[in-house]
Formats: sequence, structure tokens, C-alpha cells
Amino acid sequence: MVGFNVLVVVCVLYVAILFGVAFAADKRARDGRSQWLRGPWVYTLSLSIYCTAWTFYGAVGYAARSGLEFVTIYLGPTLVMVGWWWILRKLVHIGRAQRITSVADLVSSRYGKSNLLGVIVTLLAVVGTTPYIALQLQSVTLSFAVFASEGQAGFELPDLNATALWVAGGLALFTILFGTRNLDANERHNGVVTAIAVEAVVKLVALLAVGIFVVWGVAGGPSEIAATIDASPIADWQMNGSRWASLTFLSAAAFLTLPRMFQVLVVENVDERQVATASWAFPLYLFLMSLFVLPIAVVGLDILPEGSNPDLFVLTVPLHFEQEGLAMLSFLGGFSSATSMVIVAAIALSTMVSNHIVMPIWLSVRHQGASMSGDVRHLVLISRRLSIGGVLLLGYLYFRFSGGGAALAAIGLISFAGVAQVLPALLSGIFWRGASRNGAAVGLVAGFAVWAYTLFLPSFGPAGVISPQVLADGPWGMGWLRPQALFGVEGMDPVVHAIFWSMVINTGLFFLFSLVSFPSPLERLQGAQFVNVFEHSGAARGWAQGGVQAEDLLVMAQRIMGGSEAQALFEAEAAAQGKDGYLPDTSPDFIERLERELAGSVGGATAHAMLGQIVGGTSVSVEDLMAVADETQQMLEYSSKLELQSEELTRTARQLGEANEKLTQLSIQKDAFLSQISHELRTPMTSIRAFSEILMEGGMAPADSRKYSNIIHDEAIRLTRLLDDLLDLSVLENGQVNLNPQADNLADVLDRAVAATTSVGAGTAIRIKRDPVREDVALFTDTDRLAQVFINLIANAAKYCDADRPKLLIAVSKRADRLRIDFIDNGSGIPTESQVMIFEKFSRLSDQAKAGGAGLGLAICREIMDKLGGKVTYLPGQGGAAFRVTLPLAPLVAGS
Amino acid sequence: MSAPREPLFLARQNYRRRRLADAARLLPVLGGLLFLLPILGTSTGAITTAGGGLFVFSVWVALIVVAAFLARRLTAGDNAGPDGDSG
Repeated sequence: MVGFNVLVVVCVLYVAILFGVAFAADKRARDGRSQWLRGPWVYTLSLSIYCTAWTFYGAVGYAARSGLEFVTIYLGPTLVMVGWWWILRKLVHIGRAQRITSVADLVSSRYGKSNLLGVIVTLLAVVGTTPYIALQLQSVTLSFAVFASEGQAGFELPDLNATALWVAGGLALFTILFGTRNLDANERHNGVVTAIAVEAVVKLVALLAVGIFVVWGVAGGPSEIAATIDASPIADWQMNGSRWASLTFLSAAAFLTLPRMFQVLVVENVDERQVATASWAFPLYLFLMSLFVLPIAVVGLDILPEGSNPDLFVLTVPLHFEQEGLAMLSFLGGFSSATSMVIVAAIALSTMVSNHIVMPIWLSVRHQGASMSGDVRHLVLISRRLSIGGVLLLGYLYFRFSGGGAALAAIGLISFAGVAQVLPALLSGIFWRGASRNGAAVGLVAGFAVWAYTLFLPSFGPAGVISPQVLADGPWGMGWLRPQALFGVEGMDPVVHAIFWSMVINTGLFFLFSLVSFPSPLERLQGAQFVNVFEHSGAARGWAQGGVQAEDLLVMAQRIMGGSEAQALFEAEAAAQGKDGYLPDTSPDFIERLERELAGSVGGATAHAMLGQIVGGTSVSVEDLMAVADETQQMLEYSSKLELQSEELTRTARQLGEANEKLTQLSIQKDAFLSQISHELRTPMTSIRAFSEILMEGGMAPADSRKYSNIIHDEAIRLTRLLDDLLDLSVLENGQVNLNPQADNLADVLDRAVAATTSVGAGTAIRIKRDPVREDVALFTDTDRLAQVFINLIANAAKYCDADRPKLLIAVSKRADRLRIDFIDNGSGIPTESQVMIFEKFSRLSDQAKAGGAGLGLAICREIMDKLGGKVTYLPGQGGAAFRVTLPLAPLVAGS
Repeated sequence: MSAPREPLFLARQNYRRRRLADAARLLPVLGGLLFLLPILGTSTGAITTAGGGLFVFSVWVALIVVAAFLARRLTAGDNAGPDGDSG
């Protein structure tokens, strides 16, 4: 007999394996080796969270009660997947193009980034999903109880509530660990998805094993099973046609609109090929999941005593035949079904709650603007973690107070019907440009209300919100408002009745209000982009040209996306515009792209609001839209060619402009260089000549002559140093330099550099902050030259940092195969217009006296880093002057 | 609105691809009809759960096979020609 303790141990072991899988997958993905993780098979298996514990255990119970009807729950999704070319392909395209993070985000973005709709859909999803999570907790605790009660006397029946609490707590922990590990730019969770794929295999294998055992081990073969079915109480085809059709429709609708399904179908999707494979592989999975349901049901009905719970046949049939191992496997299957559903549902709901409820509230509370506020990433992560805990707590409380039992078993369909209310707004949104925000809001609220009134509230039973009297006679005796016979239509199955009326009223009001309302410009723009997603309609723009500073945008983007991601985005954009560095022109195109990237982290509506705070004012006017619409057909034909050409021209012009500016500057510099060099050489020369003339005359005290020769000596050293620098630079520039690569540790090189700078100057009261752990990187490069660069940067910071208490942060980070060392001080930084020039020869920003050098330092640094295969660049937007040294991690080839 | 940008007639390869996409669009309609067949026949009686189950599961397998074929063909030509959504 399997004891309860053994069961707990097995569960803990299994969960530990899942933790391991999730951890390993996350690590692989971070190392960029996630090729097969993004393949179509993991994607297909991750869709299996559709099969929850309700379908794992419940399908058999369902079949034992009403025969083949259980299969409708799988037929709807099959039709949706098989018809991927129609809906899913478009959804996935839109999801990628618009960086959609949840089903609420999709609806909100489509209808003009309306946060109202985001809130409505989020609330609907929370109300619809909470009972479902309770159902999962119930199924896990029930299956625990089966094992416990099978154990002989003396074995205490465990406290079900405590079990549920433990399960809920464990799930919350797992979800928080792997679901909110980082604020992905695209909201993909490799670890979670891989763990779910493993669970999908476990539950399929478990159900198939029980099925094969039942068919061949118990009944004796397929023909015997057919005979058993014919002899069973469910032999007759007593199908209610309307239930069959509407449940198929309902499951298809729920498949698209359930938050957790949307998460794995659209948000976690990487490319279209995944959907193509899943279009047949997932129906195959569903087929295999339901193949043995009927045999298990009839064998259970046949063998087990009257009155045993058919929902647990998957467990009790193997136990009846003393098949402990099989029962354990089947238990793990049910456990997998429940946990994977809860994990993904919690992730999806927490994303929705934090993006559509917490962030907007936070934004409106803090009026001073998104660019000034603290670390947004931290806030978003915290709010997601709290939401996950909250969602699971809600599920647990529902489980506690609904009392479990039969009332919960029906909740699966009720929950489906609730979330299916999103369908009209979703489908019309991607196929009909006329669908409007008002229509969607009215339809959603009305459908939600009708669903609650006709199905959800009556499900609490006679003691619940709706009394038996209201159920029989309607509120205040108004017969036409009876919850299960609206408008006097009697005799319908309650579920069919609720689906019919909620869908009819929802869709009807949605179309009516869409037809009569006039959408806002942004809404029309989004409508066109969603409906015509395959035509790449890039004609209309969401943002007008404004005088916004790229540096402000960078500061905000860093706080939401994280430093390195934001810098990479800005650098790539600048490169695409033909510019160097991290600050691109703030063209409307760029702002639009930035908004989409931000939307991937905090949702469309929030991203729009945040950018609106910085860019200011309305983004697009009716006139802008009209201008686009007025373009003639001919214009359209030429526009793409023209666009290409003008883009090319703009880029060339920008490059030319920059080149020209640089040339002008260089010519000025060249003049300056000549006068500078003659001046620099002349000053020491003059004093050397003067003092040597005095010495030549002779006849002075030894002390004086020593003093004069000292001056001559100092001046000669200064001359030599200047000439050395010049020589160094010209050698570097001509490429005739010999490098001496050697193995060393970055920390040691930095130590030497810091020691050298602090010993040289008296005015180096700068405080240097370092991180010894991150600096522990093995190098193979010319470390003497590298130290020279570091010394220069540190000395510069010490010289020019104008803060009251100068501080220098040396931050080391690795990215792909490159090492980055950032030198960030807390001074006032370098003005944008000078950032290009500081690496040129003899360029000095402050006055010469203070600098005390010839302005060759950074130019030499740049040449050295060039020779070492790296770069030194100015890093804007760090709150002070910041230089980034980039170095390849691969060893430098000697003598190159 | 962008229809005039695309040519009116297509080369053989692209034409085939469009028709494959049409077939992929029709498949769920066909599947839906077949899945609804059993409930149309209830009035005449004489359908057992075993028989009906056999029918539903056979249609299911057929749908999976056809969908696999179409998905393979549709993604194989992914790089050929524009990814047009219109007929």
C-alpha cells in the first residue's frame, strides 16, 4: 500500500525535478543555446495546459455521466488549431508586431490602448480563473485523499485544507521563481515553458498507461471494450444536440480567450512555424488524451461499487487492481495537469494585473513623470510577485469557502463561458476595422453581466446570491427575467441558455455601439495596424515630430528595460540612422519602435502613457490620419519606391552631414594643432634657451646655477613627454605597434591603474567604487597598454569631475563574448554636442591651465583599444561622465 | 486598400500556395460540419456511443493527417513569394 508519506516524498521529488528542468532551461536560454527550446515541439507540448486536472480526472467522470459529450471540450480546440491559417496565424503575427503581453493587452492595444478595456478584461479574467484554480487545488487534494483513505486503519486522513494550502504555497513559490525571474523584453519564460512541456509528457504517458492497462489488461482487447461500452449505462447515444454544438463552440472560444492559453499560444510564441507544427500535433495530443477516456469510464462503472466518484476512476481503477505503480503514475499525471495550469494562469493573470491595474495607478499617482521616478523594473516585478501570491490566495479562499464537492465540478464550463465573453471583441478587433472601443466596452460588460446573472451566481446553489424563489419567478416576480429562462425562453439547458444569451447580447451590443460611435484617431490607427497586419502598413505614424531629447528617453528606457538592453536598442537605432554612439535622432519612427519595446515589458497602454508624459501632447490628430487616407492610389504605388529611395537619401545625407561637420572640425583642429604644437614646443624651448644663455654667461652662485639647470631639466622632460605622446600616437595610428599579450587578471590591471593614478597627482581626492567579484576575469591581452587606457580614464575623472565629493564607479559586465568596463563619475558629464569630439587629438573641453596636458590622452586610448580589438566610447545618460571600454573575451592573437 | 499593389495573376508556384492556404482555411469548416453530423442524425436513432465514438475519432484522425500535410506544404514554401493574406 502506498502510504501518504511516500506520496508526499514522490511529489516533492517530482517538483524538485521540475525545478531542475526549469532552472536548466533558463540557463540554456540565457547562454543563447535555446535552439530546441524554441522549436515547435516544446511549443506544442506547452499548449497542453489546456488539459487541466479538470480534463485529466474530470473527463472520465464526465464520460461516465453523459457518454461521449466530454469530447466536445477537445473538439473546439482541435478546430481552432486546424484552422490556424485563419485566426492563430494572425494573432501570433499581431502579438509579435505589437509586443502583446496578455489577452487584456491585446484588447486594450487594439482599441486605442484603452486602459478601461484592459481593466475590464483583467477583472473578467480574474473572476473567471479563480474558481478554476480552486478546482485544481480540489483535484489535487482529492487525489491525495484517495491514497490516504486506501491506506488501512490507523492512518490518519490528512487535513485537506492543509494539503491545499501547501500545494498553493508551493505553486506560488515556483511561479514567482521562474515566472518573474526577469522582466523579459518579450515576456517569454523559457524555464516555465520547458517544465510545462515535461509535465505534458508525464500526463499523456500517465493517461495512456492507464488506458492501455484498462483495454488490454482488464477488458482483454478493443472488441471486448466495445462490448463493455455497449453493455454500460452510457451505451445509448443520448446526445443533446444543442449542448454538443454549443460546448464545441464554447471550448473553441475559451481556447483562444483563456488568459493562460493566450499566454502560451501567442505571448510565448517565437515564430509561425511553431504554430504550423502545433496545428496538427496539438490535435493529435488531444486525440491521444481522449482516446481511452471512454474505456476507463465504462470499466470503472462496471467494476467499482455503485456510488464511487467517477471523477477519480483514473486513480481508483488501478488501485482496485492493486496496480500501485500505475496509480502513482496516474497521480503524478493529475498533479502535473493541475500544477502546470495554475502556474501559467498565475503568470498570465499577474502580468495583466500589474500592467493594467497597478502600473496605471502608480503612473497617475506620480505626476512628475516617468523619467524622474525610481526603478520601474523593480516595481513591476514586485507587483507581479504580489499578484501571483494574490491570485493563488484567491483560488485557495474560493476552495475553502465554496466547500469543494460537486459544486466545483461544474465550474469548468462556467469559467469557460465567462472568459469566452472576450471573443467578440477579440475576433472583430483583428478582422474588422470598424470595431470600436465603446462597442467593445459595452459588449464586454453586458456579456459579463448576463453570464454572472444566468450562470455564475446561480452556480453557488440555493444558499448563494440567487435564491430559489428568484430562480423560479424572477426578481420581483418579473417572469421574463428568470436567470435560467431569460425573455421567457424556457426548457433550454442552463449552460446553453447562458452561452446563447450572453453571446447574443454581447455581440449585439458590441456591433450596435461600434456602428454608431466614432473612434479616436489612435484607435483607428491601431485598428488598421491590427487588421492589416500582413500588409506592413507603415504609412501612418503614432507620434508627431517633437523636440524630445534622446537622452531623456534613454534614461526612461533604462529604468524599464534595464541598462544594457536599452543601450543596445538605442545604439542599434543610432547605427541604423547612420550615427555613432547611443543617441539616435528622436524621429517618430523611433519613438514608435521604442513604445513597442516598452509595451513588451509593461503593456501597451502603460507604455503609451509613459512616453506621452515625456514626449507630451497628443500623439496623432485626425488631420494626420486624413492626410494618409487622402493619398491617391497612384501615390501608394510610388510611395514604397520613393520611401526606399528617400530613406537611402536621408541616411546618406545624414552621413554626409556628419562627415562634413567632422571635416570642418578637423580642419579647424588642424590649424589649432599647428599653433598648439608650435606653442607647446616653443614655451619650454624659450625657457631652455633663456636659462642656458644665463648659464653660459657664467659667474653666479652654485645654488643659482643648480636652480637654473633644474629648470632646464624639467622643461626638457616636459618636451620629451610631449614628443613621446606624439610619437606614441603616430605609431599607434600607423599601425606599426608591437603588442605584448600576456595572461593577467582584470582586477590586477585595475589595481595597477588605480595605484598609478593615486600616486601621481595630488588632486586625486576621488573616491573609487569597485566590485571585486565581477572584476575577477582572466584576460589575455596587452595588459600594459590596457592599464594605460585605464590610467587615462581614471586620471581624467579625477581631473574633470566637478562634483563636491567626486566619486568614480568602475562597473564590469559581460555580454555575449565581450567584456565591458564602465567608468562612471558623478560630475556634470559631457554635453551632447561635444561627445563626438572628445576622442580627437588636442581636444580639450575645459581651459588648458586646469587640464595640464596636451589633450592627447583620449585619442591615444582610442587608438590603443582599436589595436586591442576593442573600443572606448562615451556612454550618455548615466548621470555623469561615463566611458565604456569594450574588450573581446577571446584571447588576442599575439603580434596582430 | 493595398490590393492594387499586388499583381492580378500569379506564377504557378504562388498560385498553388494560395490554393493551399485556401484549403487550410476550409479545413476547420469541413471538420466542424463533420463533427456536427452525429447530432443531426439523432432523430433517426440507432446510433450507439461506441459507433458514434468511432465516427468522431475517425474524423479526428483524418483532420490531423490533412492538417499535417497542409502545414508541411505551407511552411515548406515559406521563403518563396510574398506572404499575402488576400486571395
